[in-house]
Amino acid sequence: MKITIDRDLCQGHAMCEVEAPEVFRVGRSDQAELLVERPDATHEDAVRLAVKYCPTHALSIQEG
Amino acid sequence: MTTATLPQPPLVSGATGEHGHLEELRRDPIGLMRRVHDECGEVGAFDLAGRRVVLLSGADVNEWYFRSPDEVLDQGAAYPFMTPIFGKGVVFDAPPERRAEMLKNQSLRGPQMRGHAEVIAAEVERMVADWSGELQIDLLDFFAELTIYTSSACLIGKKFREQLDGRFAELYHDLEQGTDALAYVDPYAPIESFRRRDAARVDLVKLVEGIMATRGGDDPPAGDPDLLDLLMSVKDDGVLRFTADEITGMFIGTMFAGHHTTSGTAAWTLIELLRHPDEMAAVVAELDELYADGSEVSFQALREIPRLESAIKEALRLHPPLILLLRVATEDLEVGGYAVRKGDLVAATPAISNRLTPDFPDADAFDPARYLDPRREDDVNPWTWIPFGGGKHRCVGAAFALMQLKAIFSILLRDYSWEMAQPSDSYRNDHSKMVVQLMQPCAVRVRPRRTR
Repeated sequence: MKITIDRDLCQGHAMCEVEAPEVFRVGRSDQAELLVERPDATHEDAVRLAVKYCPTHALSIQEG
Repeated sequence: MTTATLPQPPLVSGATGEHGHLEELRRDPIGLMRRVHDECGEVGAFDLAGRRVVLLSGADVNEWYFRSPDEVLDQGAAYPFMTPIFGKGVVFDAPPERRAEMLKNQSLRGPQMRGHAEVIAAEVERMVADWSGELQIDLLDFFAELTIYTSSACLIGKKFREQLDGRFAELYHDLEQGTDALAYVDPYAPIESFRRRDAARVDLVKLVEGIMATRGGDDPPAGDPDLLDLLMSVKDDGVLRFTADEITGMFIGTMFAGHHTTSGTAAWTLIELLRHPDEMAAVVAELDELYADGSEVSFQALREIPRLESAIKEALRLHPPLILLLRVATEDLEVGGYAVRKGDLVAATPAISNRLTPDFPDADAFDPARYLDPRREDDVNPWTWIPFGGGKHRCVGAAFALMQLKAIFSILLRDYSWEMAQPSDSYRNDHSKMVVQLMQPCAVRVRPRRTR
């Protein structure tokens, strides 16, 4: 799967980092960064929670 | 692009006298906004004391609204009723880039949530510590006081919270009641609610002054420093940079967005669950199962609690704490084929958008199942499911608020059973102020479910 971050929407809440720390990083920066471009199946559940709990709905997944 | 040839948004019926629709906005804002949608469609207008308000209610126009940058739709001048509450220089006086910067300092980021969840669970336990047997409580008083403690403890610091009592909550309530839309004509008009607002602010400054006097100027301060210690450590030539008035303004501003909103949503979640016993039973069963292993509320509040979350979301959809979101157009614009003039107020309305069909089938019904797979009506309709607003300005405290509500109800519904103490349809919101609150009385009866 491929993850997209909508830069218009991301506010850097870092909820994604809490849910999937191996995939997302915010740290002290303004917006989330992807640590892995195409996470494998082992990260799928965590990534789905990150998408679900993103307070600004900035994350989306493209399958395949 | 020229906007000169575009049609003007249709004006809704019912304007009277020099103040247009102001009196109706003060009496029945949802009725007014509903009529704008029914008569004019997704782009309509009403007259707020000589100022045009372009009211949007539809996915496409809402998306345009929420995606517009601050330079085009500015929040700054849209809420004149807040200036006497916050004071000069606080929140909406700050430029957009400064406001964006504030998120970093507001301890609302993900990694802080675990600590907040512990604080909130402890505050709920304290509020119920002296409950015994069956008793009756007022939902507005109870949740308004609880959320003063949780927001002060999480956002300002535990030390400051320990120096507060019910007086702070009462004065804060007077501030919130001082948000009459008459402020669009004159924020200092001689009316009772504005007089009480200003008196409450003076008394809050005195309370904060009293707390500042106890800090004694130890360097470094005793115990874990809180935001007050931090602000008092900033000095110019040995003199405090910030006065008690300024610090009070900052604290009011820090707590405001998360207070009446969370308090009202907690009350409405409980009321709707009491109105729908099957949903209540499902949520209580979910909590019983979740906590059967003795796990901590502070842990579970950060995990999925699907039935409870759905009930909270449905309370938010039907009873959004903010019913009208406002911006000022800084230039001539176009939305949905209509002209917006520089200086117009432009508004989105959670109260109307959250109930649009076909986005929300059976839109007036409390139906938490609409958030479960595969319907997920909140995710499917990001521009009409807008209790938290949307886009870049979507509520910065949304994650904190949901976590807080999950923590509150984990305890209140797991350990207590509830029933209405007045007719079901007598629980209503008071819409006479821009800050919507429950109309009193709003009593419920509560007793322990089991001994722990």
